[in-house]
Amino acid sequence: MNHQVVTYLAEGVDWIRFDVDALLGQFWNNTIEGLSQGSIYALVALGYTLVYGVLRLINFAHSEVFVFGVFAAYFTFYGLGFRPGPTVTLGIGELILFLLLALIAAMAVSGATAVVLERVAYRPLRRRNAPSLVFLITAIGASFVMQQVLFIWRGGNAEQAIRLLRPEPVFTVFNTAVTNIQIITVLAALVLLVVADTFINRTRLGRGIRAVAQDPDTATLMGVNKERVIMITFLVGGLLAGAAALFYLMKIPQGASYQGGFLLGIKAFTAAVLGGIGNLRGALLGGLLLGVVENYGQSLFGGDWRDIVAFVLLIVILMFRPTGILGESLGKARV
Amino acid sequence: MSDVTDTGAKPGGEVDDDAEVPAVGGIVAELRHMSAEERARHEAEVAEVVAPDREIEVGVGDTLLAMRDVTLRFGGLVALDSVSFEIKRGEILGLIGPNGAGKTTCFNVITGVYRPTAGQVLLEGHPLGRRKRYAITQLGIARTFQNIRLFNEMTALENVVVGADARHRTSVLGALVRGPRHHREERQAVERAMALLEFVGIADRAADKAKNLPYGYQRRLEIARALATEPKLLCLDEPAAGFNPAEKEGLMELIRTIRDDGYTVLLIEHDMRLVMGVTDRIVVLEFGKKIAAGLPAEIRENPAVIAAYLGVPDDGVA
Amino acid sequence: MSTQETTTGGPSRLQQWRDRWNGMSRFQQWAFLVPLVLLIYALPVLNPPILSTEPGYTFSIAMFEVARYALVAIGLNVVVGQAGLLDLGYIGFFAIGAYVAALFTSPDSELAKLPYLVVLPLAVLVTMVFGVLLGSPTLRLRGDYLAIVTLGFGEIVRLLADLSPLRGNAGFQGVGQPPGTRADGQDVFNTSDGTPWYWLTVTLIIVVLMLVGNLERSRVGRAWVAIREDEDAAEIMGVPTFRFKLWAFAIGAAIGGLSGALYAGQIGFVNNQRFDVVTSVLFLAAVVLGGSGNKVGVLLGATVIAYVPLRFQSLYEYRYLIFGLALIILMIFRPQGLLGARQRLLAYGREAYRRLIGRPEQVSSDSALAAEPVKGAGS
Repeated sequence: MNHQVVTYLAEGVDWIRFDVDALLGQFWNNTIEGLSQGSIYALVALGYTLVYGVLRLINFAHSEVFVFGVFAAYFTFYGLGFRPGPTVTLGIGELILFLLLALIAAMAVSGATAVVLERVAYRPLRRRNAPSLVFLITAIGASFVMQQVLFIWRGGNAEQAIRLLRPEPVFTVFNTAVTNIQIITVLAALVLLVVADTFINRTRLGRGIRAVAQDPDTATLMGVNKERVIMITFLVGGLLAGAAALFYLMKIPQGASYQGGFLLGIKAFTAAVLGGIGNLRGALLGGLLLGVVENYGQSLFGGDWRDIVAFVLLIVILMFRPTGILGESLGKARV
Repeated sequence: MSDVTDTGAKPGGEVDDDAEVPAVGGIVAELRHMSAEERARHEAEVAEVVAPDREIEVGVGDTLLAMRDVTLRFGGLVALDSVSFEIKRGEILGLIGPNGAGKTTCFNVITGVYRPTAGQVLLEGHPLGRRKRYAITQLGIARTFQNIRLFNEMTALENVVVGADARHRTSVLGALVRGPRHHREERQAVERAMALLEFVGIADRAADKAKNLPYGYQRRLEIARALATEPKLLCLDEPAAGFNPAEKEGLMELIRTIRDDGYTVLLIEHDMRLVMGVTDRIVVLEFGKKIAAGLPAEIRENPAVIAAYLGVPDDGVA
Repeated sequence: MSTQETTTGGPSRLQQWRDRWNGMSRFQQWAFLVPLVLLIYALPVLNPPILSTEPGYTFSIAMFEVARYALVAIGLNVVVGQAGLLDLGYIGFFAIGAYVAALFTSPDSELAKLPYLVVLPLAVLVTMVFGVLLGSPTLRLRGDYLAIVTLGFGEIVRLLADLSPLRGNAGFQGVGQPPGTRADGQDVFNTSDGTPWYWLTVTLIIVVLMLVGNLERSRVGRAWVAIREDEDAAEIMGVPTFRFKLWAFAIGAAIGGLSGALYAGQIGFVNNQRFDVVTSVLFLAAVVLGGSGNKVGVLLGATVIAYVPLRFQSLYEYRYLIFGLALIILMIFRPQGLLGARQRLLAYGREAYRRLIGRPEQVSSDSALAAEPVKGAGS
């Protein structure tokens, strides 16, 4: 064991640094990258927010719902004949087709996983009117099991990267290149969020979800099928997580790992709380904000601090403004 | 003496049960064999343990608690609108009003669950201010809940001891090493809690978990738990809800006994017969405002109150 | 008197044993306990073939692992089982205990060196302080948020260990140990023989169990259970809920830190690889499995969690899967855990119940997690 010389706990030891130059120098790069990262957080955050709004449950296993989507997208690529190695150049039509196929696969797998999870793990508890601690422990157990299923199936190492699309700069703002993947991620996330928002606010099913979120008992009395609403809530959350999974894999092709969900999941949850849990638009705002802030933190304090910044942010928000920036509301007036 | 105390120690009807009572004998077992005279003495002893600080000469008259222009707003909703009334030491004050009049809200202000937007609550002349809820209990205000809120997994006895703990000063360190104060307070708390269970008439189920008690017992257990905190003012929030007439009768008896033991009682109740039968004075709320106050007989005749209860449009009434 | 009501139909054999045990006098109970404790102490020396984990894993070290988990479970049980606060960052306190031990004893650290037996209480103290530091801002949060915040805390501790002052993956070698040399010149406490460490840990477990038991049967334990059952009602009944939650948190943290310091000493090496959230969940599983709120239960749970994967090496790889599944199944079918007895909360309860109604208190197999809201109990 070679002991490198460390000026340990003496002066100038780098617990933390404040590199303002790096922060300012990479400001726009961090912002743009943060927005695209944040879009993924936002999509996953919606799943937490929806389920929390309806059931008052932190669905810990949602991160694994997302990871299942990542693997689905990966194996779609694989099934389409792509292999780890240099990126194949594809025609635009082909590329769109393949990405769409992967999107559909990922959304289907994540959506189905979420619904099965709800059926198998949570529904029996609901029927028994179990206290919330029991729900939470079940959620943790489910997250654990799903993670381990992937681990036993695929082992501890991440899958080798398969790339369909190389990140290439499309245009430049503030001296910073904006890549095709960043544009696709942000735009697609925005579209999906608008669709989700419309679904919740404009459709009959969405009204049902909001009704249950506001007052489950009254909603049931008014003829809303609560079980169905809950199933749809999990489904919608799962679908969005599946979409996030594809963008995540495009961005980080080596990201298909059994434990890839944990960190992303807790950050997405942070995003949901940051914006105001139970609040759809809050999830978007929170996601983007978190993506940007943790990039700034990384530049300012150093690479090790990226995740710490996110966790500290989570704790600080919960302590000082647990209702988030936009307040908690899936229905209009939550008490 | 009260019938209420008897329910816990009903002498008849359990003939063959005596065999199961061990030789050590319980208080309950002893009660069965007492003469009337012994019994009276015993009940006096129980009452002594129940209310150690009671004023034997109940000093009715001076103000115990005063609501001074208390207003409470939730956003735009005015839950209490400049409500003032006083509770005098040793009386039973009824707080009545139609549904949603702000009775329970009033309780919540008195017990510190809500802080008044404006106005003050004074206990013995001192404002409650921004005290924490537990501190208000320690000052001497205890309450029961309209929807029963017992510690379900605890036995009845333990529930009452939690109330008694409000007066205890054993530190965590003291409990860790079982110091002398810990021993003293534990012993006293158990004694007092047992006496209180007997007092409210549920001693026979002392060892059962609260959640397994019959409904009427749960209501009485709530009262015992509140009394265990040695309150100056006992607030009862619809204690007779869901009771049949016979049970209500027993409860009225219990409330009177509590008052006779030197407690002051604030009572929210829907059942007019019960309120009129047991209270010394009544305050009437409607839409968060005090619309009347006075003796039960006066309230019964008060046109504003009648209007409030019959739903007459209040243009003619003050 | 009425016959005792058993609300849930738990295994009746278990119930019978429990009733028999509860019916015994203190003296009789001790007569059973003392030989049992002696047997537990003797285990690593006896190394019974049925129980042995060898050749796969040194039995004495396996026993130390079990004891270490048991200690952790007792501590976490104070927080989760008694006070009902879901702490998912418990590993953070364990890690702090381990790092305190390393920082003050390892030659890789530049801090002043202290004897291990001084560092042990120091680790307890430091983790307790961290428990208060984390608890005082966060314990006002509602239950599920608390779970997330503690999860975040555990991760922060782990991530901080990556930073250069804590030496990341390189870690600290040569963590100290209690003094003493054997006849053959070797240290009594070393990294290859778990037996002395096991004895030390079991002794500490007994001390901690007694202290925690004292708290349980006092106003402190009652306050915790009252908070778990209905926090608002507890506060209105005069329980300073925040203060007692903080105590639960601090006491739990201290016990976790103690276990961490023991772990660091036995293994002799601390780095950032051993303190992930997965282990936190394993700790939680230990508490929930046996029956949260029940000391015997959590000891059983910890034993299962730590021992089974070492005994049946073929299961080792699947342990997380198995325990995760066990959690789900348990929550659905038996949320009170394998043994779900309630704890006693009165110092003079036995004699009081005897005198009052001539029978012991109701001890059914429900507990914390089985608690269901009483709705519309008929009159």
